[in-house]
Amino acid sequence: MKARLLSVAALAAASTTAIAGAGEQAPTNAELYEIIQAQQSQIEDLQGNSSSSSSRTSISGYGELHYNNIKDARDQIDFHRFILFVNHEFTDRIRLYSELEIEHAFITTEDDPDIDSGAVELEQAFIEFDINDSLQAKGGLFLVPVGILNETHEPPTFYGVERNPVEGAIIPTTWWEAGAALNGHNESGFSWDVAIHSGLGIPGADGAAGTGPGAAAGGSFNIRGGRLRVSNATANDPAGTVRLRYTGVKGLDLATTVQYQTNITQEGGAAAEAPATLFQTHAIYQAGATKLTAFYATWDIDNADFENAGADEQTGYYLEASHKLNDKVGVFARHSEWDNAAGDNTESATDQQIVGVNYWPHENVVLKADIFTQETKATGAEREGFNLGIGYQF
Amino acid sequence: MLKAFLNKSKQRTFAAYSEHLSLPALLAGFFCLALLSTTTHSEEYLSEQDFLAQHFETTPTAKALWITGDLKPLTAGVLQHAPAKLRQRYWQDGDRTAWVMEEIGKEKPITVGIVVNNGSLAEVKVLAFRESRGWEVKYPFFTQQFEAAQLNGEKNPTQLNKNIDNITGATLSVRAVTKLARLALLYHQHITQP
Repeated sequence: MKARLLSVAALAAASTTAIAGAGEQAPTNAELYEIIQAQQSQIEDLQGNSSSSSSRTSISGYGELHYNNIKDARDQIDFHRFILFVNHEFTDRIRLYSELEIEHAFITTEDDPDIDSGAVELEQAFIEFDINDSLQAKGGLFLVPVGILNETHEPPTFYGVERNPVEGAIIPTTWWEAGAALNGHNESGFSWDVAIHSGLGIPGADGAAGTGPGAAAGGSFNIRGGRLRVSNATANDPAGTVRLRYTGVKGLDLATTVQYQTNITQEGGAAAEAPATLFQTHAIYQAGATKLTAFYATWDIDNADFENAGADEQTGYYLEASHKLNDKVGVFARHSEWDNAAGDNTESATDQQIVGVNYWPHENVVLKADIFTQETKATGAEREGFNLGIGYQF
Repeated sequence: MLKAFLNKSKQRTFAAYSEHLSLPALLAGFFCLALLSTTTHSEEYLSEQDFLAQHFETTPTAKALWITGDLKPLTAGVLQHAPAKLRQRYWQDGDRTAWVMEEIGKEKPITVGIVVNNGSLAEVKVLAFRESRGWEVKYPFFTQQFEAAQLNGEKNPTQLNKNIDNITGATLSVRAVTKLARLALLYHQHITQP
């Protein structure tokens, strides 16, 4: 700051000298032009000086408001997510990334049927190190490198008011863990990630005694219930994730992730031990204004209780086609199917068909509308309705 | 291999990890790697001088284009925000112009060198990339898309006449580079067809 003040003072002195040098007469246009150029140069030099602490700290964020109108259910309006990223560069090669989220706008412990309590979540807080131009390491709390939405989910970047259900039920997005990771890339368009991190905690043999949120959900075997959120989480059994990605052909994005959980229940005893493997792959191809997306993910869990519940295999996929009519309007259609108990012969999958439109009045602001139908085959339960949303990023 | 490593490392508590090849051991290795980040590393891949030398036998004297009058709203329209600069430096040799420009992707400015030849893009080259994500834009498999692109004509005078494909997870970087390519063409048109 002191250096800046001195520069500004020097600039003012130089300008005064230049004018005084022209004598008592007013400066000519050429002299004024020179003075303006000198001032502009100084301004640009000052703008380029990024050594101060304030310029090394940046704030960005995103948010989304949803209105859900579901047949035979109460209509809901929800400020679903309000997120602030606060990042700081300690040096050109070492930086902090953080993401703090408020979900559902309001947090309460009261049992009010008209309100679903929200949550405050720390979804990212890690230190990243640039080892060289194509290799980075990070340590802390980070998003698991899997799927399409888990790491990139700002509302203007995807279609549909709500995120697609497959990545939520199977991956389970948004999914963060604590640990360490390396990622690298090369000029052919290949990139890779290797991460060792904390594991999921799905209640296993005795669901009620489980350590994770799944226990509160009645010992559900669902993957999503196993997110421990790095919140005083049981860390008996780590997990490892490897992702390979290729984006070297115009319009093409191919990625595959394999993850191994040493024990997805985090519980001791032979009956509760449950090693698990996640395989996920997706392909995105964009040709002009048209984009096609295919996504698949499946879990294989080695545990008798999971097998008895048919939950030793949990699988989902979706296919999406979208087309941008112009810079501001895009339409999409998507078919999704997922099953958190795909390990037996019982028909238990849920499928969803959805079509909708995105309108971007600004590249970082989006208005969304969609209409969907959904059926759970095991129960015959059907849901249908429409959603409206507004979202932003900055 | 990952499975074998993790099973070998699996222990009942984090405290027990220190006795085995495990997560803390890996973290230690990670921090050793992180120390490497203190070795020389540059986020600049090509200097402005070298970029110009690649495209001119003798680098012309730099000129300045003032972003005033009609250019100011046109520039703001392309960038989707008010221009940060009042003037833009460029180098010109007949119908060939070169531009070194910056635009923020997510948080940090991306420096791009652009050569326009007779109204068409001849080169789009990322000279410095400072963002954590979106690294794809600095490689030819992305920037080659811009070759020979022109402005679209009277109907969309600041749009390119060809589609630039997005990269998932690199949207903001793709957008920033594309905006600069459009601006270079717009500015070239302004000074060669006043």
